[in-house]
Amino acid sequence: MLTRVTLLLAALALLAPTQAEAKETVGLSISTLNNPFFVTLRDGARAAAAKAGLELVVLDAQDKVDKQVADVEDLIQKKVKVILINPTDAAAVVPAIKRANAAGIPVITVDRGASGGAVAFHIASDNVAGGKLAGDLVCKLLGGKGKAVELEGVPGTSAARDRGAGFNAALKAGCPGVAVVSRQTANFDRAQGLTVMENVLQAQPAIDAVFAHNDEMALGALQAVRASKRPIRIVGFDATDDAVKAVDACELKATVAQQPSEMGRLAVEKAAALVKGGKAPPATEFIPVALRLVTSEKCK
Amino acid sequence: MSPARATWRELLSRYGILLAFLALATGLALLSPSFLSPSNLLNVLRQISVNALLAFGMTTVILCAGIDLSVGSVLAVSGALAAGLSVAGWPAPAAMAAALVAGTLMGLFNGLFVAAFRIAPFIATLGGLTIFRGVALVYTGGRPITGLPDAFDALGNGVAFGVPVPVWVMLAFLGLTQFLLRFTSLGRAVYAVGGNEEAARLSGLPVMRTKLLVYGYSGLAAAMGGLVLTGRLNSAQPTAGSGFELDAIAAVVVGGTSLVGGRGSVLGTFLGAAIIGVLNNGMNLLDVSAFYQQIVKGGVILGALLIDRLVAARKD
Repeated sequence: MLTRVTLLLAALALLAPTQAEAKETVGLSISTLNNPFFVTLRDGARAAAAKAGLELVVLDAQDKVDKQVADVEDLIQKKVKVILINPTDAAAVVPAIKRANAAGIPVITVDRGASGGAVAFHIASDNVAGGKLAGDLVCKLLGGKGKAVELEGVPGTSAARDRGAGFNAALKAGCPGVAVVSRQTANFDRAQGLTVMENVLQAQPAIDAVFAHNDEMALGALQAVRASKRPIRIVGFDATDDAVKAVDACELKATVAQQPSEMGRLAVEKAAALVKGGKAPPATEFIPVALRLVTSEKCK
Repeated sequence: MSPARATWRELLSRYGILLAFLALATGLALLSPSFLSPSNLLNVLRQISVNALLAFGMTTVILCAGIDLSVGSVLAVSGALAAGLSVAGWPAPAAMAAALVAGTLMGLFNGLFVAAFRIAPFIATLGGLTIFRGVALVYTGGRPITGLPDAFDALGNGVAFGVPVPVWVMLAFLGLTQFLLRFTSLGRAVYAVGGNEEAARLSGLPVMRTKLLVYGYSGLAAAMGGLVLTGRLNSAQPTAGSGFELDAIAAVVVGGTSLVGGRGSVLGTFLGAAIIGVLNNGMNLLDVSAFYQQIVKGGVILGALLIDRLVAARKD
């Protein structure tokens, strides 16, 4: 029986249709599509791909590091021309990037960086500057004195690291009267933002402001703060639709607007240039994407 | 029933999984040109190696009419321990050996509750799942451990004789498990205890020791999986292995092992893991949305259970 099976498989291998691809294919390994920020990033990438005449394959790692490694490996097998990666974890994705390097496929990281491997371009918001914007705003809101809480993103991501660094540096340099009394991770997730904030509210009798590394956590924290009826100002990051609505409704004090659509677009444009025969730069080229603070004038 | 019809049903129950796998592979080969290339097939084998390792250990537990929900957490603790000790200065082989011992001990911990204290395996290992996950989080401080020596990269990403190292590890473990189950008295005891525990006990088989040992073996397999995953990810992640127990159980069930015990084989489990791996890889190559991928995977598992039930019912 086994001989027959082997013969069948061999025959299939010879007959396997060789499709002539009309369009060149670019792969995007995204960390998760459960977060509206990344959905917008993907949509920006898709639009740019359509304009550039490229086929875009999007694989969702669902925030699982092992799935992301498998996704990148599968993109390599599919022989895509460029791989765009939005890492779930900076270190875990390195072996996959090295595999792409060995296969001669250029890699571009988007929004979060990787801690190794050869990457042609790194397209991200200047998260340190964004953290600084938030820090300066918290200082202003508290009048230079008070207690703040920081809700961190997924440990190990450059986004969490840089936003935290910017925020804390701004407070240290310009606002010695504001103390960060609690610093916990809620992994960029709304449900975790809620539970972590509930715990912090229990643990800390006096809180004046909360800075969350992303809007999902800020919105989760908002639920907890509303239930506690304590007057706490909340600042988020990302300017997702829900957060902007909350800012307009005076529930969030502010959010820092990134431009995920722009990130997706830039990534695909750089990829298109590489596909057309452009050379990858010798060292990773960082392409910062501008940020701005979103507040509402009518709130007190 | 005529002899010809009886043979058809026998063939289906014995080779059904293999036929299903071949049908799936054939379909994917026709739909995607990248699927049947040797590099992609090795790619798939490498990707299923961690799940297959966990599933081999899980097979022995399920054959004993038990279940082990803690394998994902044991994987995380073992990987973290090996990484942490290496970074602290231990030579890599010693750190890895320590992780394997730790995994076995965690498995025996589960086994103690199931075999000696007679707690239902689902509950006992559910407790293990939460406790060991906590241990992993405490040990790693919630952050990934990086900066590992090359030995880990060699284990997770190395290639020997053209075949990825994790595949060799998986095949070695498959051989070991098959040997234990088919050629040792322990293996015979496993099938007997799973088939009819009372009868096994009355026949004088060491029921408690058998159960204890299979849970220990499951822990060892999970630890091995943890080492391979840590190598593949170049880091020990505190959240590693979350949900892996379900994929392992799926591989065992799709492979034809009965959840009530006493019936099944690791070779079937290997095919079950391969079917799931081929599905995942194929859906990625065909650019199927991750949300639909979940639905398809669940459907395949249910389908496998249904066929298993129909075949078993007809046999009686």
